[in-house]
Parts: sequence; C-alpha cells; structure tokens
Amino acid sequence: MAQRRLRVMVAKPGLDGHDRGARVLSRCFRDAGYEVIYTGCHQTPEQIAAAAIQEDVDMVGLSCLSGAHRYLFPAVKKLLVEQGADDIVVVGGGIIPEQDIQLLYDAGIVKLFTPGATLESIVEWINTNVKPR
Amino acid sequence: MEKAKKIKAGDVREASRLIRNLEDSIPEAKSTIKHIFHFTGHAQVIGITGSPGAGKSTLVDGLIEWSRKKGKTVGVLAVDPTSPFTGGAILGDRIRMQRHAEDPGVFVRSLATRGSLGGLSKAVGDAIHIMDAMGKDVVLVETVGTGQQEVEIINHAHTVLVVLVPGMGDEIQAIKAGIMEIADIFVINKADREGTGKLQREVMAMLDMSPIKPGGWRPPIIKIGNAFEPSEFEKGLNELTTKVLEHHEHLVKSNLIGDRIRRKTAHELNEALRAAILEPVLKLLVSTGELDRMIDQLLKKETDPYSIAEEVQKKYLQGCI
Repeated sequence: MAQRRLRVMVAKPGLDGHDRGARVLSRCFRDAGYEVIYTGCHQTPEQIAAAAIQEDVDMVGLSCLSGAHRYLFPAVKKLLVEQGADDIVVVGGGIIPEQDIQLLYDAGIVKLFTPGATLESIVEWINTNVKPR
Repeated sequence: MEKAKKIKAGDVREASRLIRNLEDSIPEAKSTIKHIFHFTGHAQVIGITGSPGAGKSTLVDGLIEWSRKKGKTVGVLAVDPTSPFTGGAILGDRIRMQRHAEDPGVFVRSLATRGSLGGLSKAVGDAIHIMDAMGKDVVLVETVGTGQQEVEIINHAHTVLVVLVPGMGDEIQAIKAGIMEIADIFVINKADREGTGKLQREVMAMLDMSPIKPGGWRPPIIKIGNAFEPSEFEKGLNELTTKVLEHHEHLVKSNLIGDRIRRKTAHELNEALRAAILEPVLKLLVSTGELDRMIDQLLKKETDPYSIAEEVQKKYLQGCI
C-alpha cells in the first residue's frame, strides 16, 4: 500500500571535520522515521547538490562549524536551483552569527538552527514544514 | 511513456523519482516501469555482499573507479537496513563513494530495506532495470551487512562477490549453508590483519569439499589489503577486477549467463504474481474488518491459521483448487 516516507540528507560542506553534531542529528532523524542519507565530511557544494538529486531527497540539512556558511550554504541552494531541484528544501545549522542569518534566508535557506536548538524542536519543525514531495 | 523516455535518455531526477515511487508503492510507478523493460538487458550486474563493516562500500568505490577508467558508466544501488521500530534508516554507504558524486557517468542511489529479509530492498530488482535502461554499463549492487542467510542477491547479480574479513569464527562457519555457498568470487578484505591465512585455508577447505559448480567454475579467493595502504589495496583490487572479468567471460562462454537471467526473470515473475494475487485479497480482508475478526477467532482458540487460510483460498481462488 502506498506510503510516502520522508528522505533527508545530512551533509557537511567545506573544510570542517567536526561531524559529531551531524551524526547525532542523523540518528535523531532515523528515530523520527526518516530515511537519512549521510554524506560525510569535507564535501563541496557540487558534491552535495549532485548527491541530493541522485538520492531524491525532500530536504538537505547542511552543518557547518567552520565559519564558511556565508559562502557554502547559498552555493548549495544555487546549484540545486540551477539543476531544476528548487523543490528540495535546504536548511542549515551550526555556529552562525546573528548578523549572517538574514543573508542566508535571503539566499533561499529556509531555516537555520543555531546552538541551543533542541533535537525535538528540529524534528517538530521538519514534521510541520517539510512534506514528502 | 514520456517518463520512460526521459529515463532512457539518462535523466537522473526522473530515474531516482521512479525508484522512490516504486519503494513507496505509488500505483502510477507500475505503469512507467512497464515501459522500461524493453530497454533493459545490457548492464553487467555485480553483487557485493558480506558482514557489516567488512569493507563493501570501499570495495564498491574501487570498482567504480576501475569501471570509469575503462570508459564504462556505472550505477550503484547501496542497501542499508530500516529500523523495525521507527521505519527510519541511516543510509551511509555513499560516504565511501562521494568522490564520484560529480561524475555524470556515475549514479549512486541508496535504498533502505523496508522490512525485506533477503539483504536487499523490494525495489532493488526494478531499480537495476532502471539503471540498465539509463544505459549504465555496470550496475553494482551492495547488500546490507549480511549474516548467514541473506542470499537474495543471487536472484539479481550475474557475479556475486562475498566479502569476508579475518576473525569471523571457527572452521564450522565456513561450511555452513547460506552465504558461503553463493560466492562466485571470495574477497578476504583487510588482509593485513591477523587470521588472514587461517581464513583463506578454511575457505579453500570448504571449496575442496564442495561439488563442482556448473561450468566448472571454482570461486577464487582474492586477498585485499588495508584501504589506507593504497598500493596494497590497488594490487588486490586489480586481481579482483581481473577475476570479475574472467567470471563474466566464463558465464558467457559456457552459456550460463542465460541461466542466471532466467533465474532473475522467474524471480521477478514470482514476485509480481504474488503481489497481484495476494495483495487484493489482503486489502479486502483488511478493509472489511474480516482480518481482525480472524485474529480474534485465533486468539480465542476457536480455529487455527491453516483452516482460515483454506477458507480464504476456497472463497477467493476457486479456479485453482
């Protein structure tokens, strides 16, 4: 019987090897009943966009603790749009200063989760806002 | 039809979407897959199976590299387990293959088992067809980390690699039925570790006792060193790819490839019939509440499952019995 399941990708763009958070989130998404594709660290925006399309995900969650989010997050979104995948929701998380947040929203990142965001609040946001396409 | 044409032209989005629709049992997907079948039958399908952490994904990455160097396009289907409790899954095989993400000649798709017990996912057969129709020369199918019994890969692959690592148990493990019987090629991975020689001897002893396979193929044992020692790994991988080619040639020459394709086709028909016959009846029993009433009857010990099954059979499958 037909049943859509949410597919999400957790990716770490750029030169950032700190993936404890990304792994905890992947596990938490698994427990929320999603199919989670984890790409590992040190990914270029091009690799992430290509993988998201190959995997037919509903959402890409980008984790960045290196400070390069201003470049990397919009780059992923831009590549997805260019390849006709503007329906894939892009969200981000990490150490993101207050003054960068608007810039990222303007670039098409739908939601940002900063330090202190609880796992429950993240899953609740996804359940409300991301529907399987 | 339109979608099938797009997939044949190599449209990754459309292909991945169709695989997902099949996984999710969206009725529309069936009509698209019908148009795919005519375009299939060209790809060489290689199955990679073995226990969790044996190094299957790393090996697949090596096989992608080898195929690309030979100018062949590659599809990869990587299966990981679904949680029996939440239905969620971590699909992490890609991590080892991400260096090929941007290569348009490589299409990697992860699948969750969704309750299938054979080490694959229900959609994997059709997903192979989709990649085949897209024109991929080689399709690599990586099973979930397997134990002893998950042998469904033999219904799909032309060549099956069973990946072992030293330290898997005593000699009896090597002569047990199941996964040790299905290998066309054995790979001893992480062969720099202690216990490699012992494992190799055990597999050899097992093979010595086994009846000769059709066409006289004796599964070779290839040792591959640590992937962090590129030269060692490379050396083993080269030996492996030579054997993969040899096995394929052997299948073609001895006309055994026809048997494998027939087995796959029979399996597919079996599955399709099962779904077509069983599902409508089950659906009806669920929607009318009859199934629940049957369970109640069973719990009260008023009857037994076999008698109920016979009644259902009489009622719905009259022509057959």
